[in-house]
Amino acid sequence: MDYEIIVVGGGHAGCEASLAAARKGHKTLLVTGNIKNIADMPCNPSIGGSAKGIVVREIDALGGEMGKNADKGQLQMKMLNHKKGPAVQALRAQADKVTYPKEMYKTLSEEKNLTIREAMVEDLIVENGKVKGIILEDGTEIVSKAVILTTGTYLKADIMVGDTRHREGPHGEKPSQHLSDNLKSLGFKIIRLKTGTPQRIDKNTIDFSKTKEEYGSDRKYTFSFDHEPSYNLEDQIPCHLIYTTPETHQIIKDNLTKSSMYGGLNDITGVGPRYCPSIEDKIVRFSDKERHQLFLEPESLYYDDIYIQGFSTSMPHDVQEKMVHSLPGLENAKILKYAYAIEYDAIYPTQLKQSLETKLIENLFTAGQINGTSGYEEAACQGLIAGINASLKLEGKEPLILKRNEAYIGVLIDDLVTKGVIDPYRLLTSRAEYRLLLRHDNADLRLREYGYQVGLISDVQYNKLKQKKQDIKSAIAYLKEHKITPTEEVNQYLEQQESATLKDGISLYDLLKRPEIKMEHINHFYELPFENSVLEQVEIEIKYEGYIKKALHEADKMVDLDNKKIPEDIDYSKIHNLASEAKQKLNEIRPTSIGQALRISGVNPADISLLMVYIKKEYFHDRG
Amino acid sequence: MEDTIAAISTALGVGAISIIRVSGKEAISIVNKIFKGKDLNLVSTHTIHYGHIIDNAEIIDEVLVSIMKAPKTFTVEDIVEINAHGGIATTHRILELLLKNGCRLATPGEFTKRAFLNGRIDLLEAESVMDLISSKTEATRKMAISGVDGKLSLLIHSLRSKIIELLANIEVNIDYPEYEDIEEMTIEELNKSMTSIEHELKDILTNSKEGKMIKEGINTSIIGRPNVGKSSILNRLLNENKAIVTDIEGTTRDVVEGNIIIDGIMLNILDTAGIRETENVVEQIGVRKSLELLEQSDLVLVVLNNNEALTEQDIDILKQVKHKNHIVIVNKKDLERHLDVTTLEPDYIEISALNDEGIEKIKNRIRELFHLEKFENQDMTYLTNARSIALVEQALESLKEVKRGIEQNMPIDMVEIDLKKVWNLLGEITGETYQDELIEQLFSQFCLGK
Repeated sequence: MDYEIIVVGGGHAGCEASLAAARKGHKTLLVTGNIKNIADMPCNPSIGGSAKGIVVREIDALGGEMGKNADKGQLQMKMLNHKKGPAVQALRAQADKVTYPKEMYKTLSEEKNLTIREAMVEDLIVENGKVKGIILEDGTEIVSKAVILTTGTYLKADIMVGDTRHREGPHGEKPSQHLSDNLKSLGFKIIRLKTGTPQRIDKNTIDFSKTKEEYGSDRKYTFSFDHEPSYNLEDQIPCHLIYTTPETHQIIKDNLTKSSMYGGLNDITGVGPRYCPSIEDKIVRFSDKERHQLFLEPESLYYDDIYIQGFSTSMPHDVQEKMVHSLPGLENAKILKYAYAIEYDAIYPTQLKQSLETKLIENLFTAGQINGTSGYEEAACQGLIAGINASLKLEGKEPLILKRNEAYIGVLIDDLVTKGVIDPYRLLTSRAEYRLLLRHDNADLRLREYGYQVGLISDVQYNKLKQKKQDIKSAIAYLKEHKITPTEEVNQYLEQQESATLKDGISLYDLLKRPEIKMEHINHFYELPFENSVLEQVEIEIKYEGYIKKALHEADKMVDLDNKKIPEDIDYSKIHNLASEAKQKLNEIRPTSIGQALRISGVNPADISLLMVYIKKEYFHDRG
Repeated sequence: MEDTIAAISTALGVGAISIIRVSGKEAISIVNKIFKGKDLNLVSTHTIHYGHIIDNAEIIDEVLVSIMKAPKTFTVEDIVEINAHGGIATTHRILELLLKNGCRLATPGEFTKRAFLNGRIDLLEAESVMDLISSKTEATRKMAISGVDGKLSLLIHSLRSKIIELLANIEVNIDYPEYEDIEEMTIEELNKSMTSIEHELKDILTNSKEGKMIKEGINTSIIGRPNVGKSSILNRLLNENKAIVTDIEGTTRDVVEGNIIIDGIMLNILDTAGIRETENVVEQIGVRKSLELLEQSDLVLVVLNNNEALTEQDIDILKQVKHKNHIVIVNKKDLERHLDVTTLEPDYIEISALNDEGIEKIKNRIRELFHLEKFENQDMTYLTNARSIALVEQALESLKEVKRGIEQNMPIDMVEIDLKKVWNLLGEITGETYQDELIEQLFSQFCLGK
């Protein structure tokens, strides 16, 4: 046996997968087409964002690397939705595209159980439905017990600009030519997806006076729970906001047929992401909009590329020149890299178990864009789960499966394996039913315990968590015990906060329940002997108690349904009167629980009741 | 669900014709065995055939037989409907023949259950059909049919799509916080929409409550001093409409002693004994007893005597019914007036039970009070069963939570939690969201499981 676990691909999924496997003590090999591109960020220069930022926290809570690494290379940190409720707040970092990969590579290379090798993987060794290793382009065979595929967009990747199509991955890298065909011949259903990226502009050729500066938050944040912020607010690098002009729109309309997506190429089968349309899509689909927002985002402190967020296109280079020059401040801009669209192969994700192991081939796991997702964070969290579960499988343990009420990661994986994808899947807060429970601030409270159980969280980190949980209890008790009396001074202060004055004494706890009273106001009366992170939890728990209770109640109902297991060997053809669409979907997805079954689109309540009747009465009867 | 089921699907003995329905794989072949006419095995689907039901050589009845082949039928199975001439004996005889020839007697609602489980109808429609099965009068039959038409589903759908638009707007603001292109859903705007949705829900609720009353009968009491003519009025109502007074077995309606049907509207008469007997036993129905009755009544008929001045007791009764749906009836208009009618509410009705004058006016007033015109109009929408009504009430409750959250300056994403709840609750009415309890209820209603 050469290695226990082989990870194919060095992107965000591959990094997390190989680190998790290695840290769990398994001899791991990471194979990547180009070592220089490990943890590369081929698209936007940011980590996090709404929902995604919470995933980064979850990765950190479970013992993954993305959060810590993003903290090292951030150019600015912004708490999104900070004016809204705590459930929807999420952190986003502008991440340095040089620092981030460099730091990640450093971490990988310091990991003692991990070996990195540069090569193209073109096939798998499979015996009796079980993966046994990989075969490289030159025919070399490397044997292992488990394989995790994290190939990103590199399966049969085609870069498309105008009417040209080249078989290459991002940065002109060589894609994997045969791996997806070989997966197909193993029986996998392969789909073709598409995405795109905008131009990069030379910073020195932009007139920033015509743009609006956008800074990060005026409070310091970190993704990781394990360290304090170490940056200065003054050092933040701004982004810049501009808008498209009527001229831009005219250029696009005049040249629409030259875009790969609008006739430039007629052999496009890939489906692009709905939530992240190209600029030509936006102008065609929302023709009544006079202008569209664009953000100029710095890519790195070490080079001059500026990323135009919102301007992704597959127009030919000459049209792109005109488009860019029609933008305010970019009249004389120099394009360093042109925008392109990319098409690639992916595995239809309903072929996966909740553990991310494929149903077809034992010990073969897949994670990231190969599973039809989009985004660094979505990839990283799958990589982490695949790394953990491949290891647990080899250890003979049950996989780590996060429920929809426990983590966005759980929502993401459940969606993938239950519903499949049409276009590249991006996490959104609206995909989570219980997002009040899945907050940015409580990811550690939700998930560290799991991280500790699987062995990726240390005793030190775990004890810190236990202490925090204890402190939260103490702080609530403290607020209940301590009262303030209606002195003139107190009432004057309350009046200033537009809060009703007191007639009788009131506990701090009850005072905090008032919508207009915040923890900082409580601090005015009492010096609270607790850390801010503890007080933050307490404040949310007290203020939103009613809503949290409702969410917990709803979540309980779902958990009940998820606990109603469907026997693994159930034969759906034996259930009479099941609608044929339901029969086909159930057979394809083979849900493990009633809860999962009812989340499958095309399976309606009547089908579920038939299924439940069958399991209750017939299944056990049929088996004799 | 393999066997073929049969049942009489019209009310026994009441209708001019009766229909016996057969559903299942063998429906056509079984009926063919007892049918003299065309060979039903050879006819095409959705056709009607004239013939006779025979038992060996004996002709039981002259019938029309409708053949409907799967899948375009109510149960998505083969269905045969036998239109017979009614009469309890004949209808039962035909059913008996079917059972002898291989059908199983359907349990109540089993056709609907098959329709539901075969994906033919949604839950709301299933329940409406259940209502149709058990409907007793013309008005409730119309209501049940209105449900089957899916009109209510449409209304709920439209409310849900209004809500989902709001939700989507809020969600998009959350997921794309920096996009000015998308309008920010403001608390004010949300509040406005809430008010309009609340109105619509309240309308449904009011209609439904009235509708439920019509379906289950209007609890009616006739009160008044002894000898004012309560029982004569009741008798007039009975005679005139060939209605029946029956004893109702039941658990929840213990106080109901009988119902009469007037123009298709059922009145549940409370305490008929009181009405019947008080003529003889003067003290039996005192004011105190009347007050107890009042509590349980949807409608109170207060009877006064034209021939006598108002007594303290009368005045007491009139005071008590003020907050109720009531009709003041001045009986014995054939006799000399001693009653000072100027002290009464102006819309009293003068009748003479003795001469059968003015009874029509009472009926018309009942129709007005319960908006019966409205219910006869096909466009009315209302929920007819307690579960759906309870869901609308819960939805209104959650809507209030939304407004409370708004008042308390809660962030919009918190407020949205309750709005989602409203959406889900409305979805439950049409069966669009799945809930375990729903299935549990189905199990109990349809006798599934162990």
